[in-house]
Parts: sequence; structure tokens; C-alpha cells
Amino acid sequence: MSAAHPAHRELDDMLGRRWRKPHLIARPWLRWTLGIGLAVYLVAAFLTIPVDWHRVYEGLDRGWQFVLAFTTPDFVTRFADIREGMIESIIMTVAASVVGIAISIPIGLGAARNIAPLPVYMICRGIVAVSRALQEIIVAILLVAIFGFGPLAGFFTLSFATIGFLSKLLAEDIESMDRVQAEAIRASGASWMQWINYGVQPQVMPRLIGLSMYRLDINFRESAILGLVGAGGIGATLNTAFDRYEYDTAAAILIIIIVIVMGLEYLSGLIRGRVQ
Amino acid sequence: MLRLENLVKTYKTGDQALKSVDLEVPQGQVLALIGPSGAGKSTLIRCINRLVEPTGGKVWLGDTELSALGQGALRRARRRMGMIFQEYALVERLTVMENVLSGRLGYVGFWRSFTRRYPQKDVDEAFRLLDRVGLLHMADKRADELSGGQRQRVGICRALIQQPDLLLVDEPTASLDPKTSRQIMRLICELCAERGLAAIINIHDVALAQRFVQRVIGLRLGAIEFDGKPDALSPDVLTAIYGEEDWEATIQKADDDEEVAAQ
Repeated sequence: MSAAHPAHRELDDMLGRRWRKPHLIARPWLRWTLGIGLAVYLVAAFLTIPVDWHRVYEGLDRGWQFVLAFTTPDFVTRFADIREGMIESIIMTVAASVVGIAISIPIGLGAARNIAPLPVYMICRGIVAVSRALQEIIVAILLVAIFGFGPLAGFFTLSFATIGFLSKLLAEDIESMDRVQAEAIRASGASWMQWINYGVQPQVMPRLIGLSMYRLDINFRESAILGLVGAGGIGATLNTAFDRYEYDTAAAILIIIIVIVMGLEYLSGLIRGRVQ
Repeated sequence: MLRLENLVKTYKTGDQALKSVDLEVPQGQVLALIGPSGAGKSTLIRCINRLVEPTGGKVWLGDTELSALGQGALRRARRRMGMIFQEYALVERLTVMENVLSGRLGYVGFWRSFTRRYPQKDVDEAFRLLDRVGLLHMADKRADELSGGQRQRVGICRALIQQPDLLLVDEPTASLDPKTSRQIMRLICELCAERGLAAIINIHDVALAQRFVQRVIGLRLGAIEFDGKPDALSPDVLTAIYGEEDWEATIQKADDDEEVAAQ
């Protein structure tokens, strides 16, 4: 039937030939240059790292003490400090997450190209970019300078960071939603708000909840670090413990943080499973 | 009742999807729009309710010029046009009832729709429609739990609860098996007859179109190539619409169907 098909003449040439997956980089000289270049760079980079082996030897001892402290964590001696720091951290985390998420939702809607007009999109993407460009620690240092030491600066820092994180990911989820489902709602004569509520929200809700839980988790971990620059919370207590070489208290604090983070992780897994 | 005058759509890429289409659909007429992929069938029906903005020409629904409406007026006009989609386009994470009631969004305020407190007569109508298509017991199921045929029935209810004058139907059977396809087409045509609705149905399946509708429009490269009764579709006409192929089987099959249905 297809005797005249041109592919048949070529097929005879192809039969018996070896087949391999085509290389990622087609040009051999470029492939080899990149490969060898990478190897040379790695070796050179390792050689330039200055290691003071004497210092490492001394440090090992101190590190070992720190590890040992985990076997005898001291929850009791500084219990009042730990409790206070913990409560401060939790309040800071929850408040910043709630405020951050509330602000992220409208910004996320605005930053989705498929539902926002261009000017709104530009502004919202700008806010997201600024929030993401500034690292939490840098923001915290600035805010501590403005608001003084304490959890207020931490609260603002985490809210600000949440906006960049959540708005961006929410916007991306909206951009990849099923257009036809939303179109069907629009075709019924729905207003913009109704369209968002019926056509968009059901599609992105599970992800929004999942991301919010994940952000709560991140905010709690961040709150432990922000204390190091004076933004309050458990981090401040941890920092004090290190300064006093009270490794057993520090170990106790770290264990509490790990347990809480694991708890949040478990909880968010549970919730994400439910909202699918 | 629906009138298209010189309707033109040119996409930003330069593709001319519709080249000056003129079409008049009287009250209560069910019309099938056939043609190869890319002939502009989808674009044509989306230009009517302006999910796609036409580049030129006019669309009249009764005395309203749809193509000239502002946003608010367009929303009100869309209430008069129910749309049924390929792949159903139900909001999958909403319940069947929410999907049906979403057809009333053009009539109720935001707060009512947000809290899902629809007027009792809307809720009653939704139950009546679901009962009509045999899905009353599914009212509180989530849309993604339904089979293809069931989803399309919900899609039909959503379009009808708008109390439209016109149905725009985009490939209603594209992802359904042959039996379900016929059931869905029969249901759409019956409901149109019951309510005196006009409908434009985009459809790939020529035999199915021939079997159920009163008028067939053949679209090729954005222009109307054929407009007539289903039994006027000859091999020559199909060749003009789709290109060279052996059409006897397609038409034959339609005739057989007719006989089976007559028995």
C-alpha cells in the first residue's frame, strides 16, 4: 500500500544501526570544554579555601562539647527565659503569618498576569520583587534600628517576608490554573468578584492552604534566627545561651524548636491531605 | 433572533480565524456548525458572547448589539446566552449544586453568591433541572467525582438555569463515547425544543449532527462554505468543507441511524 512511501528507502539505511540518546549539548567541543572547565574550576576552588588545621583541631573539641550537650539538655535552669522567648516567638509567628497571608492574597491576585491588567500586575510584581530581594536578616536589622529591640521588629520582618513568598507562589498557581473553568463562570455573566470566588478560588485554594501552612513553619524557624539580630523571640534566648557558653540550655532550646517544626510539618501534611 | 454581520476575527498572530461571516438564526432553531479543526468554529461562538473579542463586524441578539456593549451591559447580555463546553468546564472542586447555581451569578449579588444563599426559586429550579437530567441524587457530590456524561449534564443544567434565549454549545460530545454522545445531543435538542431555545452547536461528528439538527452550517478557513438542511450534505459538500476523502460511509452511517431510530 505504501510502497512508494519515501521513508521506506531510508529505513534500510537505519536498520542495524546503533542508537543512543542524543547528548544534552550537541556540539562535542562545547561539551568537552564545559566538562573539563568545570573539573578544573572545582579543583582550583578547593585549593583556594584556607584551612587552618590547628584551629580546626581546637574547634573540634568545642564542637564535641556542643554535641555532648544534646545528651544532657537543660530545660530547667533557664526555664522562665525559655518560656518567655517561646511565647514571644509563637505570638510573633502566628501574628506575622496571619497578617502576611491576608496582605498576600490581594497582591497575589494582582501579580497573576492572566487576571490582572498590566499596570496592576507591574505594581504587584514590583512589591513581590522588593520583598524577595531583601533577605530577612537585613530587613530585621533595619527594622530593629527603627522599632528598637524586641518582637515588634520581628513581627514586621516576617510579615514582609511572607508577602514576597506567598504572593509570588499564589500568583504562579493562578497563572497555571485551568482557564476554561474560569471562562465558564465568566460566560454566565458573573461580576469580577464572583468570577474570582467561583472560577479561580476553588482552583487555587488547596495550594494556598498548603503554602500558608508551609510559611507558618518557615516563619517559626525564621523567628529563631531573627533573635540573633535583636528582633526578639526564642532566638534572643538562644543567643544569650550561646554567649554564656550554656550549651545544655542551648541544646534544650534547639530540641524544642526541632520538635515544634516537626509538629508543624506533620500538621501541614495532614491538612494538605484533607483539602485536596 | 441572532444575527451576525460581517463578523471578522483576526488574532494577534495574524491568523484570520473568521473572514466576514454573515449568519441569521431564528428563534428556536437548532443549528450545527461543522468544519475541520481550525476552521474557526470555536472562535465563532466565542465571538458571540465575547469571550473572544471580534475584530470587526456586528453581533445582534434580538434588539441588542452585543458587539457594542460596555462591560456592565455585556454581563447582563451574557445572562441570555447559555454556554456548554467541550470537556464540560465544570469548576471541579465545587459541588454539582454550586456548579449549577453558578449559572445564576449574573442575577444575584456578590454577597448572596459568596455565602451560597441563593433565592429559593433558583434553588428549586436547580433541583428541577438536575431531576430532568437524572442527577438529582448527585446534587452534593463534588463535580470531579462525576463521569464524563454526568458532567456534561451538569454543564447543560448550568447553561439552562440562566433562562437563556440562546445556547452556545462548543463540541459537547468531543470527549464522550458514542452512546453517551448521542444521549447528550438528544438531551440538548429535546431541551431546546421544550423551551423554544435557539442553539449553535459546534460538532466534529457529521453523522451525529445530521441526525439531530434542523440546519447545518459548514465552516472552512473562517468562511461559510455550506448552509442548508442536514440531508443536503452530499459527498461534494463535505469535500468542499473538509477536503478530499471518501464520504459515502459517513453519510451512509447517518442514514442507517435514521432507520434504526424509525423502527
